Amino acid sequence: MLSQPFMQHALLAGTAVAILSGIVGYFVVLRGQVFAGDALSHVAYAGALAALAAGLDLRFGLFAATVGVGIVLGLLGGRGVADDVVIGTTFAWVLGLGVFFLALFTTRHAAGDSTASVNVLFGSIFGISAGAATAAAVIAAGLVAVVLLMARPLLFASLDPAVAAARGVPVRVLGPLFLGVVGASAAEASQVVGALLLFGLLAAPPAAAQRLTGRPWVALALSAGLATVSVWAGLVLAYEFPTLPPSFTILAVSTGVYAVVALAPSVRGTGRRLRRYG
Amino acid sequence: MAVHLSWDLGWDVRQLLAFPFMVNALRAGTIVAVVAGAIGYFMVLRRESFAGHTLALIGFPGAAGATWLGINESAGFFGFCVAGALVIAALPAQGRANPLGGYGERSAVIGTVQAFALACGLLFVTLYHGLLSGLNDLLFGTIIGITSRQVVTLLVAGVAALAVLAVIARPLLFATVDADVARARGVRVRLVGAAFLVLLGVAAAGTSQVTGTLLVFALLVAPAATAVRITARPVAGVVLSVVIAVVVTWLGEGVAYFSPYPIGFWVTTFAFGFFLLAGGYRALADRRG
Repeated sequence: MLSQPFMQHALLAGTAVAILSGIVGYFVVLRGQVFAGDALSHVAYAGALAALAAGLDLRFGLFAATVGVGIVLGLLGGRGVADDVVIGTTFAWVLGLGVFFLALFTTRHAAGDSTASVNVLFGSIFGISAGAATAAAVIAAGLVAVVLLMARPLLFASLDPAVAAARGVPVRVLGPLFLGVVGASAAEASQVVGALLLFGLLAAPPAAAQRLTGRPWVALALSAGLATVSVWAGLVLAYEFPTLPPSFTILAVSTGVYAVVALAPSVRGTGRRLRRYG
Repeated sequence: MAVHLSWDLGWDVRQLLAFPFMVNALRAGTIVAVVAGAIGYFMVLRRESFAGHTLALIGFPGAAGATWLGINESAGFFGFCVAGALVIAALPAQGRANPLGGYGERSAVIGTVQAFALACGLLFVTLYHGLLSGLNDLLFGTIIGITSRQVVTLLVAGVAALAVLAVIARPLLFATVDADVARARGVRVRLVGAAFLVLLGVAAAGTSQVTGTLLVFALLVAPAATAVRITARPVAGVVLSVVIAVVVTWLGEGVAYFSPYPIGFWVTTFAFGFFLLAGGYRALADRRG
């Protein structure tokens, strides 16, 4: 299995992106910013297809759109969050724009069919080239370094922004900077599981990690570990059962891990109660 | 006969209705728009638009799975959406407060469930060995391929949903505006809320078949949100919401027919345009008043 080049590329990119998503996702969940991930997944689609329609590299549009919108969201973040109706309507329109760019792309390139759209939405990890895999790994390593550098102040600012600000933590800079990193992570994760399935790597592993431990640094490592395990197990499953798309198997593993972690305590509790009264 | 737009409106409409697929699309679109406009109005008042979005996403694996198994696609949409509505209704009330502004793990779980539903849909489409363009149509809607049977299904479901809505509209509105007082006056708030979620499931399933799974907000939320910004009176609001939804659908389908760009783009753009206009109107009225 490991001798296949496409599998090597998938493992390289998948591992790097999983570690990045696990670490960034931990802070996303801790800061209650999951909605931003939702927003970025819509923007990622529109951005990627806009770049394709303009004849640029898909990843250029992906990163430009998600990082830009992430920073803008961070700058707006201080002034109250818009209500769900405004958010929902706006992002439905952003997706609509993505469909428009898709139509532009497919009409201009006679050969270009709608696979590009499906790849952006649902990922195509087995189709990733050596160059793209290396680029994804290098970018992921850089982003992990950035997050780890700001991890301490970010943790402080996430848990108690007022006290952190009073102690001289630059809260106003950290927020937009972090959402910019989230944007870049969303673009990275889109290449692995697709824009629509970001939460499989960005939300499920950290939510599971938070249930397992209350200690932040342990949870951070655990989140990255669970995300990596999900990607590895997903890739192996997809390799063994070629009918299953890799994005589905990765999502199935990460969702399953969370479900087990979330349901285990109540099952254990029931067992204990049964033993006590039985 | 080449399709092209002219200044003669009558000729344009005759062109629009020349093909049976377009007539079916317009019939289905009109039915769906009326239902989505009316039910969406209550959904926006009750702040349950996130539930509507989730239900539509749950419908996607339903439809993809039905196609894979060779069952009617509409059956998949309606079955999964209504089942999903019953599950959401059974969850404890605090668990389904709006998670968009929500905190921490709860929104993470909802995001994960939504992503997993979409992944299951992807799996079913892949297993079906269908063309990938079918996936795009499910997600973003299409004006081609709505059958006469589908129109009948939509009509029956729509009429039933509107009939139930008419019965529960008054207690529903009461329970929405002030749940505690309504409960004290003998309204069965929980039951009414659950019934409404099922209606919402029906509306989301119907809307998905026209706008696609990912763009239901265009008909389910935007017209209602526009109406709420223009009038505070419930009856006028419902009527306005329905009218806007129908106009958006007709414009979207009509323009999609004459242009190379798909219905998903046009419907969301017109809906968003109306929404922005209403927002501007509201801001002006507030400043003046």
